[in-house]
Amino acid sequence: MASQPTAATPPRDSVNHGLRFVVAWLVLSVIATPLVVIFVGPILPPGNMTTQAHEQIYDNTWLAAVSTPVLCLVVVFLVYAFVYFRAPKGGALVDGPPLREHAGIQVVWIVITSVTVLMLAAFGTYQLLQNGSGGGQGPSPVAVPAGASHNLAVQVIGQQWEWTFRYPSFGGVETHELVLPQHTSVTLHVTSLDVVHSFWAYQLGVKADANPGTDNVAYVQTRGPGTFQIRCAELCGLFHGYMFSTGRVVSATQFQSWAKTQEAIYKTIAKYVPPYAKTYICPAAGTSPTCSPQPTLRGG
Amino acid sequence: MTAVTAPLRPPIWRRLVGFNLLTGIVLGIGGWYVGWFGAHAVVGPSLDYFGDVDYNELSVFMAYIGGVVGFLIGLGFLNYPARRLLGYPPSLREKETGGWARYFGLCTDHKVVGIQYLWGIGLFFFIGGLNAMLIRFELLRPTHQVFSGGTYLTLVGMHGTMMMGMMSSGILGPFANYLVPIMIGARRMAFPRVEALTFWLLMAAGAILTTTIFFGGFPTGWTGYEPLNVQAAAGMDCYILFFALAGISMTLLGLNMIATIVTMRAPGLTWMRLPIFVWGVLSTASLMVLAAPVLIAVLSMSALDRAAQTTFFSASGGGSNYLYENLFWVFGHPEVYILALPGFAIVLELLPVFARKPLWGYRLAVAGLLGVTLLSWMVWQHHLFVSGINGDLRPFYMLSTELISIPTGFTFICGLMTLWRGQIRFTVPMLFCLAWFFNFLLGGLSGVFLSDVPSDVTTHGSFFSMAHFHYTIMGGLVFTFFAAIYYWVPKMTGWQLNETLGKIHFWTMFVFFNSTFAPLFAIGFLNQPRRVNVYAHTLQFLNDWVSVSAFCLGTSMLIFLFNLVWSLAFVKKPALANPWASRSIEFQLPSPVPVHNFDRIPVFSSDPYGYGEGPVPQWVPAGAPAGRD
Repeated sequence: MASQPTAATPPRDSVNHGLRFVVAWLVLSVIATPLVVIFVGPILPPGNMTTQAHEQIYDNTWLAAVSTPVLCLVVVFLVYAFVYFRAPKGGALVDGPPLREHAGIQVVWIVITSVTVLMLAAFGTYQLLQNGSGGGQGPSPVAVPAGASHNLAVQVIGQQWEWTFRYPSFGGVETHELVLPQHTSVTLHVTSLDVVHSFWAYQLGVKADANPGTDNVAYVQTRGPGTFQIRCAELCGLFHGYMFSTGRVVSATQFQSWAKTQEAIYKTIAKYVPPYAKTYICPAAGTSPTCSPQPTLRGG
Repeated sequence: MTAVTAPLRPPIWRRLVGFNLLTGIVLGIGGWYVGWFGAHAVVGPSLDYFGDVDYNELSVFMAYIGGVVGFLIGLGFLNYPARRLLGYPPSLREKETGGWARYFGLCTDHKVVGIQYLWGIGLFFFIGGLNAMLIRFELLRPTHQVFSGGTYLTLVGMHGTMMMGMMSSGILGPFANYLVPIMIGARRMAFPRVEALTFWLLMAAGAILTTTIFFGGFPTGWTGYEPLNVQAAAGMDCYILFFALAGISMTLLGLNMIATIVTMRAPGLTWMRLPIFVWGVLSTASLMVLAAPVLIAVLSMSALDRAAQTTFFSASGGGSNYLYENLFWVFGHPEVYILALPGFAIVLELLPVFARKPLWGYRLAVAGLLGVTLLSWMVWQHHLFVSGINGDLRPFYMLSTELISIPTGFTFICGLMTLWRGQIRFTVPMLFCLAWFFNFLLGGLSGVFLSDVPSDVTTHGSFFSMAHFHYTIMGGLVFTFFAAIYYWVPKMTGWQLNETLGKIHFWTMFVFFNSTFAPLFAIGFLNQPRRVNVYAHTLQFLNDWVSVSAFCLGTSMLIFLFNLVWSLAFVKKPALANPWASRSIEFQLPSPVPVHNFDRIPVFSSDPYGYGEGPVPQWVPAGAPAGRD
């Protein structure tokens, strides 16, 4: 192969490649985007068991819809270029036209990407600030749904390698199963006794890291009854993969009777369990009576 | 160069004695034991420390530090300072020694270091890949398959850590070391001994990480989150030492690159004539120099927590795991761009050659690289969206994370417009570059889901995020890594690679890469967290599909390995000086490039992208400065 292409640039053909590409892209996008919204939207996670989960589906659908024309743009461009701009096989090496830049295309590209990105960020911020979207917000949440002070409070405690749950409004009862009443606003207080875990209640649309010594708050409004999966989403050691359980959303009366039963069982062991607190690890070891004994860390 | 009469070859045993890899390994093992028993002598009187748990972290750290020091002494890194201290004149004699021995010791020729890097990093890349195969083997069944939980997590951690720590230098190590001095018209790097040091430090680090299996492995994955970190057995120390040493290597590599590019450009090579690859190297190097020290700092604190009972990261001692998470990701997010940016640069560097057109929008491309470099400092808390830290900062981090797609988009538009109305040749390196567009696009679009907090609540920490970063890093970095290998290895070695095998490698890799990682988006969407060895029975089909695809992907890598060994060790077909008809300066030199690169320092009159703008300019006009080393 010659290292010095001798032939001049190929003659400019009469086809308006730019127009053809833009039309092809627009047509494909106009067809593909509604199809994605109609057919992919409904199967996007996480489910409809809470208001937050429902809003996440809405978010995921929007993002999929915005992504589709972008995907079409690059794929159509590449396919178009492969078809029309490939060097003929076996021919002499020919250079393309020395196009170095085009101010108009650059400006249009920057404007379109910037507007898209800013719209996405505004959309995400608006969705987030409505009610926190089920994400853990730390001890002083900013995206608080209206009337959250009257919520049912439930504490989620992660430890190696299981989840337990405490209900302060039922005498601090601690259970192995997460049961929530339907159509209720719930405040989840997520904390850990040892290492970092992440509380992922999939169908509820909740994920909040469980940090030792921190009260991580997340809000959900439950909808109809059903069961949901809980998994640990942050690597927490040997049995991380086994740290899962199933929770239930039940009717208000079922919840009341379940809670009363749990409370009665709990009374017999309550004196062995530390009293309900925001966290169970105190900064200065052993100085506060509300703190449980320190979890054993090998510490070298 | 000048003809030299072949010196008498001394007997083999004489050649093995001296400052080389063998001596380095021997002194490294010696230094290891000195450190081990030395620390025990300080900490306790007994020498009977080889029982099950009867060790202390201090002795592990000291053993490995002693080992690294011994290794470097054995390689001869102290010879030069010692000679200078004793009053001998400075010399660059290391560069002159010829033959195979150069590759197994301290060599200050940047081309030798580049090839050392290529094989060294390739070795650890294949070890890391083997770990991935074992991970996927375990995941063939939803419950326990072969490995215990601890072994499984060690495999996960070794795969992640090795790929992250090693492949950070995956492009800069082999290709920038080899090419940057040539591309800027220099005869060496600014600090040739430092350059050699970065390579041997990285190899020592890789060996240390591999020995974690003798100390019980480590359970934390590549992120090493506290306080799980401080709970873990001594294998964790290997992780800390590996990443800290890799961090030192990265810092020095970056400093060396910046110094070289800023100070050693040949006459006429203005900033706007610099090959875009060199701009990519400069951006990556500046991230390395600023990010890796944070990693070294945070790992030093981890080491103190483990060995000296400090409590930087333990809530029970007044510390905070958030401190670790923040410091780690201050390094960790620039780190992913340390991996991605060289890929951008290689795509933009190669497209003009195979589209026969100038790089479109050169200034925009540079702005894109620099914009990503700048913005990558402002996004790290998107890794902590649901961690419970400072909730009111989340809109900012959502915005900054999405803003980074604007400069990334510059790379896309410049690359795509370079193809426009070009004369595209589908050579093997070009195929890998074109695959980058598709892979990185899917990686970027899935990144939009992760950057949007409401969507991130579901996708965070799931297989979705795992698929996302494999699309950006494997699809972005590893594909361009192979593009660079197929493009430049003929230049570096002087031998051609087989093109048919290369095409088979590309197509199997592209198909099975997508077949492996695309279903992982669905698996993550369907509630499978990362790093688990137990998953829902309903997801077994998808997981098995992914595992089988992963094995095929591994086979594709073996095709590459076969091609490399077959072409370079057996066929040995000499490569043309300029097999791709490139206008870049390294292809105007013979293959392989002579020891001193240029007889005369070239004088640049344009950038290397003038396709369709007349003949290649004369790089070395008469009367050009002869230059010096």
